[in-house]
Parts: sequence; structure tokens; C-alpha cells
Amino acid sequence: MTIDSKSMSCEEFQSHLPELVGSGADVENHPHIKECAICRQLYEDLQTIAHAAKQLFPDEQPEDNLWERIESAIKKGDS
Amino acid sequence: MAQHQTILTATDTFPQRKRMPRTRFPKQANEASAAPTVQEEAPVQLQDPAPEVTRPAAPLSPDAEVLARAQAGDHHAFAHLYSLHKRRIYSLCLRMVGNVAEAEDLTQEAFLQLHRKIATFRGDSAFSTWLHRLSINVVLMHLRKKGLPLMSLDEAMEPSYDDGPGRSFGAPDLSLTGSIDRLALERAVAALPAGYRLIFVLHDVEGFEHNEIAAMLDCSVGNSKSQLHKARLKLRDALRQSLRKGGKR
Repeated sequence: MTIDSKSMSCEEFQSHLPELVGSGADVENHPHIKECAICRQLYEDLQTIAHAAKQLFPDEQPEDNLWERIESAIKKGDS
Repeated sequence: MAQHQTILTATDTFPQRKRMPRTRFPKQANEASAAPTVQEEAPVQLQDPAPEVTRPAAPLSPDAEVLARAQAGDHHAFAHLYSLHKRRIYSLCLRMVGNVAEAEDLTQEAFLQLHRKIATFRGDSAFSTWLHRLSINVVLMHLRKKGLPLMSLDEAMEPSYDDGPGRSFGAPDLSLTGSIDRLALERAVAALPAGYRLIFVLHDVEGFEHNEIAAMLDCSVGNSKSQLHKARLKLRDALRQSLRKGGKR
């Protein structure tokens, strides 16, 4: 996504953030983000969160007895 | 702008989750669509021997053969499928509900649904993708039955959670860049209201697109984007508060 390079208010810029964060769009050179430290940091923080999310929650093992529960349910005709 | 760097420690583990009473879930109908790419794990032990299965004439990959046998009613093959996919499905459920006992119940229900529906799998998509979708549907049905609106309508769902994203984002003195560890973020995600957590997990963790999420949750693409943004803002607030307290872990 591209955003208009004209000067924006904080509210206008932030209204585009749902589209921009994590999108790979070139936001770094937007005039508003160069001028506004608050919006720049907000954008950077949200980018950090979106990137970090991809490394969250490694796969975990269910309890060993879960298969026995499933197998029992299948035999009882629950499936 | 500087490249963002996230500190993620390999030794971190998933935060302790509150256990809830186990519940049984009623049968439910849903649709998902089909070629397994899976990780090998030790097959589970079966209590009974498997029935005889007719082998297909054409040569199949080992995974495809297991699938074909399971579709033909081979109980051993179904157990093998469970072994191959249990981690991924259980982990998916755990991310979506944030509760170990519920995640186990939902994993059970997902595999029971798989048992009912496996013969309908036509191979239009990868089997793992099909099973993934089927499992997500199981979780969504469960959340609906619990009365949770899947698209959290602003703060209506859990009004006491906080005061929402708001318009004031604070002074630029506390950057998260380079200061998030995985455990802190996982805790913050686990503390999100269910609707926000669902959107965040589906999009930012599981990698679904907004149009896919909108279809799953029966909402607009714009609504999905908006809810994701609010979820990220809530996470930012939580992480900044954590940093301010000096308790990054």
C-alpha cells in the first residue's frame, strides 16, 4: 500500500496504520513520520509487535493420554 | 528508519495458563477442503489391531498412503495421522483459546470431526491446510457456543479490560524496538480479550490474510483490519506498562 506524501495530521496518519503495519509498505520516508516522533514511535512499536508475533508460541505437545480419549470417543460412536 | 530488532529468547516457554473445567463439546458441522506435509512423531499405541485395507494401485508417498488408508477406515492409519498432526493442531487451539484444558478438549473435538469427515477430503488443498481450517472452525464454533462475539465490538465484549486504544499514544520515550522478549509478548497476548486475541493469532501468528479471516468470522475485511489494529495497540500498551514497571519478563 502507498500513502499520500502530503503533510498529514497525526489522526490522519494513524488512520492508515491498520493498512501499513506489517504490510512492507515504505512508510519510513513519509513526511509525517519524519516530522512526528510520536507517530514514528507508534509505527515502530506496532511493526515490532507484528514481527515478533511470527516467532511466538512454539508448538507444544498435548497430554499423552489425549489419544486415548479420542480413541475411546471413536469407539463409543461420538465421532 | 532503523531495522527493528526483537529480542526473543530461545529458552522462553509459554506462560502458565489458567486451567478451566473440562467440558465436552457437541458435534458440529463445518466444511474445510485437502496432501499432507507433516512432521514425523512416534505413532500412538493402538488398543486394537487395524482392519484390512485395500491398497491403491498407484504408488503414493508415505504420507499420502497413510491418508488414503485412513480414509478407507484404517484405524492404525488414523492414529498415525493423529501422531503427525497433533502438535500443530493442539498448538493452534492453545493459541486461540489460551487455556490448556480447553485446547485439549478442542483438539479432541477436531480429531473426532476429522474422523467423521476424512472420507470427504478430496485433495483440493493440502491435507494439513484442510485439517487446519477444520480445527479453526471447531474453535470458532466453541467460542460462539460460549457466547463470545468473535468480532469484539469495540469494548463491548469486555468493557472492564481497559479504556481502549484511544487517541493519545504517549510520549515517544519508551520504545519497544529491541526490548520485547517473547515471554512478555505471549503474556500480553494471553491477556487480550478473546476477540482481539483471535484476530491477532489468526493474522499475525498464523499468517491468515484479512479476507480469509473475514470469511471465517463472517465480518468485513475492514472490520478485521480495525480489530487487528486495536489488538496491536492493546499489546503495545501492555508492553509499555510492563517496561515502565521494569518487569520485562
